[in-house]
Amino acid sequence: MKKVLARTVAVAVFACATVGLSGVSMAEQKLESLKIMAPASPGGGWDQTARSMQQALQEGGLVKTVQVNNVPGAGGTIGLAQFATQGKGDGKQMMVGGMVMIGAIKTNNAPVGIDSVTPIARLTGEYEVLVVPAASEIKTFDDLKKKLKEAPRAVAWAGGSAGGTDHILVGLIGKELGLKPSDVNYVPFSGGGEALAAILGGHVTVGVSGAGEWASQIASGQLRALAVSSAERLKDVSAPTLKESGVNVELANWRGIFAAPGISAKDKETLISAVEAAVKGPVWQDTLVKRGQTDLFQKGDAFTAFLKDDQARIETVLKDIGLVK
Amino acid sequence: MDTFSSLMHGFSVALTPLNLLWSLIGVTLGTAVGVLPGIGPALTVALLLPVTFNLDPTGSMIMFAGIYYGGMYGGSTTSILINTPGESATIVTALEGNKMARAGRGAAALATAAVGSFVAGTVGTVALTFLAPTMVKVALSFGPAEYFALMVLAFVAVTAVLGQSVLKGAAALGVGLALGLIGIDMQSGQARFTFGVPELLDGIDVVVVAVGLFAVGETMFMAVRHRFETEQMEAIKGSLWMSREDWKRSWKPWFRGSAIGFPLGALPAGGAEIGTFLSYLTEKKLSKKPEEFGNGAIEGVAGPEAANNASAAGTLVPLLSLGLPTTATAAILIAAFQQFGLNPGPQLFATQPDLVWGLIASLYIGNFMLLVLNLPLVGMWVRLLVIPKPLLYAGIMVFATLGTYTLNNSVVDLVLLYGIGVLGFFLRVIDVPLAPAVIGLILGPMAEQQFRRALSISQGDGSVFFTHPLSLCLLLLAAALLIGPPLWRLIRGRPEPKHAFHGED
Repeated sequence: MKKVLARTVAVAVFACATVGLSGVSMAEQKLESLKIMAPASPGGGWDQTARSMQQALQEGGLVKTVQVNNVPGAGGTIGLAQFATQGKGDGKQMMVGGMVMIGAIKTNNAPVGIDSVTPIARLTGEYEVLVVPAASEIKTFDDLKKKLKEAPRAVAWAGGSAGGTDHILVGLIGKELGLKPSDVNYVPFSGGGEALAAILGGHVTVGVSGAGEWASQIASGQLRALAVSSAERLKDVSAPTLKESGVNVELANWRGIFAAPGISAKDKETLISAVEAAVKGPVWQDTLVKRGQTDLFQKGDAFTAFLKDDQARIETVLKDIGLVK
Repeated sequence: MDTFSSLMHGFSVALTPLNLLWSLIGVTLGTAVGVLPGIGPALTVALLLPVTFNLDPTGSMIMFAGIYYGGMYGGSTTSILINTPGESATIVTALEGNKMARAGRGAAALATAAVGSFVAGTVGTVALTFLAPTMVKVALSFGPAEYFALMVLAFVAVTAVLGQSVLKGAAALGVGLALGLIGIDMQSGQARFTFGVPELLDGIDVVVVAVGLFAVGETMFMAVRHRFETEQMEAIKGSLWMSREDWKRSWKPWFRGSAIGFPLGALPAGGAEIGTFLSYLTEKKLSKKPEEFGNGAIEGVAGPEAANNASAAGTLVPLLSLGLPTTATAAILIAAFQQFGLNPGPQLFATQPDLVWGLIASLYIGNFMLLVLNLPLVGMWVRLLVIPKPLLYAGIMVFATLGTYTLNNSVVDLVLLYGIGVLGFFLRVIDVPLAPAVIGLILGPMAEQQFRRALSISQGDGSVFFTHPLSLCLLLLAAALLIGPPLWRLIRGRPEPKHAFHGED
């Protein structure tokens, strides 16, 4: 009995050691070069993510040289299509993507879906915030709810492009509050700047955006935050969560990283461990703090499962708001 | 007084040798990328962002602002010399500027553009220094209804570039408006006229159309005509420098252009192009020789060039005081601030006075550097035109193709470029003006989106355009401009419409 136990322990120790060793050897097995595609123009969120990853990988000594290339267009679906066809089987390429891409694939009816690439990891998330201008008579989320009950279409929501994260959040809130989709008066603006101007000028009722984007205006008191879309309250925005306010909605504009289709299991492991090591490193963590993003790291199979759920959820909302038939 | 002492403090920051060097690097790079179609200041700053990660924020921001200002200077050079606008804000410059270059007056055109840019950049920076809080209030009072009224006013400005035949001009405008419909409709998220081509979902880039119509179409036209006749293109006629008369005709447009461009740049959804259209219209209406417009009127270069530089300064008003990006470049500047852990916005002036005032002071210095840098270059640039025509036009084609490809790294853009080039060729053959097409492409989508946004917010009540005072004023101004001059002439029996437009105030 003792012997068996000893043997089991020995085996277990050996197994751990090998796993541990192989883990180490994989992280240390330096990749010579890597290409990361940002399926957006320079300066946008995916571009920033790709370039931060580039920096974290290089400065962490995980990959010798990392190149970032931009393939902008159509919510990332142009880049996705190119990546899925040209990168096939190549373990030295990755692409950044996220929730907006999932939405764009559905609304644009894109020929290449997110299932055609290999999920590596979910990286970051940005929660959303609902704001009104300082002068607005709406003081709390309850005031907004009251207004929506009285005359739903009189509440003009300003946010980003149709079918994007902001629109999806508004769709989810509307549904929870029992509004008809046609009663949600969502006004899309191009880019955060235009929407912000419309809100500050009092031309719309309420604005929706990533919490980090308007943190400065909220802190200075020009905008009043009514609610945030996270599970817990956020550090840099003092506002209750939607859940606290009686609306069972949680939404993060997540970003992740993908590898080419058809790569070997070994290549996939190498990429996952390199990304994981980069994400745990100081360079990446420092960037997260500076940009006000939340670490939502989730790798491999767990990420794949999350993707499946999220696709279903996004598709339902987009159908509800009439963007997808 | 407080502003003044802050500004002086800013100069003490900007005048350190290292920051001067950053400024110089910025304006030089900016001029270079402004010359290349496709590569704009936005892309350049984005590419430099990771490099500056470990640098001092003030120095980096000074360099970025230099790139931004420099890009506005550089964009005019190719517009004037080879009819290939480097930036969408310099499209109008090509209209008169290139005609001047063909008549051997390229140097004067480049000089008035450079001096005008300096004047406007300085006026704009002074306005930024002292008027920022007021401008912000004005800018925020613009909602979708007001923007739509502004677009209507800009459409009226198009009449100034319609050319001899209103019918042909309107047809060209229609081409532009039709091209502008292509892509995802902002308000509904649905694709229009994309024919299943995913690359068309984001619409057709204005630069592709402008380069296609102007450069490619023109080259084909030249190639066809070359066998039959040889047009005289004099590289230099007369003085290399601006004549006394050039100065006399330029200085007022410089200031008027600045006055129009600055407030429009400060508008969150204005954009630099609209200011250039309005300035062109103003100069044409006020000119003593309106018949020269279309044949190389120096006012048509001086005004719009001043307008686009002043609008670059205007853009910094909402950027620094509200953290509000109004152009692609401004959006990337915000990303740059964030990289350094700074949030542009109301608090920035209080928390980072060194950076903000150092940046503003560096704009004065950068502007001066740009003038010193660009004026001597005028002589060199003009020599481009001495190149034999087949070589010059072959070079233009290479340049146009490369520049367009760099925009999105997309082959579809190249197909569009040549397709639009062929269209431009035929339009040129039947003598249809090309500028209205480009202007239609810029204004059409903006006007449509703002119109629908306004109606969406008002829940379908069309009276918003007339009940908002600002919107009503703009619409009345547009109406006055459109029917005023013919009416005036009818009454006075005089062919010269001298009144009408007094800038944007």
